[in-house]
Amino acid sequence: MTRKGSFLKNLFESIFRRTGKGRDVPTRPTPVTARTSDATTAPLSEQQLEEIAQAASRIDPAQLVVGMARNQGRQRENNEDAVFAYAATISSSTATLPLGIFIVADGMGGHENGQMASDLAVRSMGTYLVGKLHSPLFGAAPEPPHDSLQEIMRQGVRKAHDEILRGAPGGGTTMTAVLVMNTQMTVAHVGDTRAYAIYMDGRVQTLTRDHSLVKRLEELGQITPEEAAVHPQKSMLYRALGQGDPADPDVFTAAMPEPGYLLICSDGLWGLVGEDELFNLVVSAPNPQAACQALVEAANNAGGVDNITAILVRLMDRV
Amino acid sequence: MCCRRTSEENALTDPFTKKLGEDKPPDTSPQMQPGDMLMDRYQIQEIIGSGGMGTVYRARDAHFQAIRLVAIKEMISNIADPLVRKNINAIYERESNILATLRHQAIPRIYDYHTQNDRAYLVMEFINGRDLDDILSETTTFFPEEQVLNWAVELCDVLQYLHEHKPEPIIFRDIKPSNVMINQQNHIVLVDFGIAKVFESGTKNTMVGTQGYSPPDQYRGEATPAVDIYAMGASLHHLLTLRDPRLEAPFSFAERPVKEINPNVSDEMVAVVDKALQYNPEDRFKTALEFKEALLGVAKRTGTLIHSGGISHVAGGTAPVRGVKALWVFECEDEIRGTPLYNSGNVFIGCYDNNLYALDASNGEFKWKYPTDGGIPGRPAVFEGNIYLGSEDQRLHVISARSGSVVWTYFSEGPIRSSPRIAEGHAFIGSDDGSLHAVNVASGRLSWKAEAGAPVRSTPFVTNDYVYVGTEAGELMCIDFRGAIKWRFKAKRAITSSPVVNNEAVYVGSLDSTIYALDPLSGWVLWRFRLGKGTVSSPALSDGMLFVGAADNVIYSIDARSAKENWRFTTEHQVSGSPIVYNDSVYCGSVDGHLYCLEQRTGRLKWAFATEGPITGTPVAHEDHIYIGSTDKKVYALLA
Repeated sequence: MTRKGSFLKNLFESIFRRTGKGRDVPTRPTPVTARTSDATTAPLSEQQLEEIAQAASRIDPAQLVVGMARNQGRQRENNEDAVFAYAATISSSTATLPLGIFIVADGMGGHENGQMASDLAVRSMGTYLVGKLHSPLFGAAPEPPHDSLQEIMRQGVRKAHDEILRGAPGGGTTMTAVLVMNTQMTVAHVGDTRAYAIYMDGRVQTLTRDHSLVKRLEELGQITPEEAAVHPQKSMLYRALGQGDPADPDVFTAAMPEPGYLLICSDGLWGLVGEDELFNLVVSAPNPQAACQALVEAANNAGGVDNITAILVRLMDRV
Repeated sequence: MCCRRTSEENALTDPFTKKLGEDKPPDTSPQMQPGDMLMDRYQIQEIIGSGGMGTVYRARDAHFQAIRLVAIKEMISNIADPLVRKNINAIYERESNILATLRHQAIPRIYDYHTQNDRAYLVMEFINGRDLDDILSETTTFFPEEQVLNWAVELCDVLQYLHEHKPEPIIFRDIKPSNVMINQQNHIVLVDFGIAKVFESGTKNTMVGTQGYSPPDQYRGEATPAVDIYAMGASLHHLLTLRDPRLEAPFSFAERPVKEINPNVSDEMVAVVDKALQYNPEDRFKTALEFKEALLGVAKRTGTLIHSGGISHVAGGTAPVRGVKALWVFECEDEIRGTPLYNSGNVFIGCYDNNLYALDASNGEFKWKYPTDGGIPGRPAVFEGNIYLGSEDQRLHVISARSGSVVWTYFSEGPIRSSPRIAEGHAFIGSDDGSLHAVNVASGRLSWKAEAGAPVRSTPFVTNDYVYVGTEAGELMCIDFRGAIKWRFKAKRAITSSPVVNNEAVYVGSLDSTIYALDPLSGWVLWRFRLGKGTVSSPALSDGMLFVGAADNVIYSIDARSAKENWRFTTEHQVSGSPIVYNDSVYCGSVDGHLYCLEQRTGRLKWAFATEGPITGTPVAHEDHIYIGSTDKKVYALLA
């Protein structure tokens, strides 16, 4: 590689670091030497050079920027959706770490029990997760919990289920809960609220699978997609919290979209706003809060047939 | 449906040509009517078909609030003798039990069965679709060859699944268009397993199978895979020519060449159909897999595209299930416990005769050997024309890949059983001296070492600024490039397994019988997966799936995100080597002496290759060749 070539490469990298995936391979020292040696004769160690290269491109601490919106919609008389968001960050000599707990629940069963079920679900799950994780992460003597994050999520879902059975008998609710820690997210999901990963390159990935009867019938080939679209039991779930046997949530761990967004929303949003529009509204908004408002507006413009709830999270690590 | 049948049941003459819905006189017993409840659970909606054997209903399962439709097959036996009837019910129950264990996308799920006096009920998945016989009876033009080919490949797929069923193969014995449903997604579903025929065979002088589709050997009472292969050939002939074989003399396909009736069919397709229809079973395809591969060959040669999602995994695999032969074999002077390395036309492998061997990858010819003073248990690495390997003589050796002459060696303070990993200008390697060593590749000198407090036999994984490695004390350490420990995770027993890391997790196995997924930045446990016993095997990661062996003899496939088991394959002994994934297949050795080739998606055995000693190393793949060492002192090259 010529000296000029490496200089250009370095320049390119220093400008376009944002295109790299989250945790980049350490910058190769050679190109940095080229630039630095132009300015000074003091030789720096490889390690020092690496730090210099990274310091310029890194925001410390990595943090979660969150927006959310909850709206009744245009046709319902009450709002059975519930939302919970919790974000905390520590950045110190011992640790740098963002933690986020984001939950959307969509109650059902009519009247008060639907509302109560979704309310209990986010309270119970949220409190359980904060209780399990806050002190191990931020307490004076941090120590990992014995249980795996996926086990903790499952236990939280079981507790929420039990509380709904006790506190709102007859009510049921969906729940999509996402625990963000570092650059990972662990998702527990029941029902037809959804979590999406939205990437800046235009990909919109549905992370969750709807536990909807009609969807299942369609998967099994018992009905056609056309029949599914107009099916009278379109919103019927075969898995919900607070109903029947202890709900068996889907639980999985994936990398946070980076650069990108995590979106959690109820069917009042995804049922009315298509993926292309979701993407456009999210990336064109100045911040996650404005994006959520735009999403709600779009769902209302499309009829607002159901309650609309959205949480949008962006992991700001390096820019 | 099953291969086990008494000779009297098979010594039969009168061809059975009736299916439900055909014109037998209706049974005198009353049918259930729409609205009736069965077993307090199934609400009858509609009669789908009826015939001499009974009735098929569509019903709703009232147990679920949600609408779940089921098909209920009601079978009525008109046998008066209570003992015979009891016997038949027992056979029926046994076969229902086998059916209920089958899991294949082209086989309806069995939900329940129930016998009651003279009736038996089988509750199964309702398939929304039409059978091929119906479709055939309505068509006025030939089907496109591509369409028939797609159906045929899917049929082979399900037949392969049935024929490879353990402990005993399942022979369907009545493949014909009316038993093949096409669902809404244009996938085939095999229906009407022989369960009904258990009842029917209680009356003498009936035969299982259908005249026109059944081969001569079936009339002799044979129930082998060749029976199904013939019947499938007959069905393909029917689909391609639209000539119903039930209306023709038995075994007369040779008199109706496909091309004479439908000139559009390719010669390649005709050849495949003809082979399946050979009079002698020995002349047909030996297995459904061979049949499927012939069909895929047709698709390749004629450029016919196969768009069927369900079968994409069958492409590839040219080796027959049995009879895998080594391309070459090279014998060393002692056991091989390590793993080969392929580089620039050479295979490098360490041996317990203390030598590293360089062999010509194309023919196994010996090129050179390099002697160390100890056994070589690990896998060599290559970097800028040099080979790096650890030896139980405590040294990391660096030698020229071309000549085998030494470049430098580095002494640790204990035997080396870990394998080197080269990154960022350093060789990272563990030693039984209790440290992970970072050795500068340019100078051969130590840059730093990280104290593990116990032997390090795991091979480090280097990614994203960090080195991950397991220890015999059961720790997984995350170390930065300065040698500082970022975090430690503690398992209950040793981590000899080598971690694999992606941007989602660190995956590693332990002798505490657990596979762990850890957060790469904090070491927190994301999930645990329990194995039957401990493991020293290192996980392989491909397409979001983890593959790993364990001392419980099993090779596991686990979803990397949700920790759900996809499949498991049981070998005859412990699996201490590690799997690799290559061309949609998983290759893994076992202490039972075999190298197994499994379908990545399903875990189905493609082939097994027997060596003469336990395999503890890991295979390596390059350009459709697999190289593996065995404790029988030999290195083998196989076709992937």
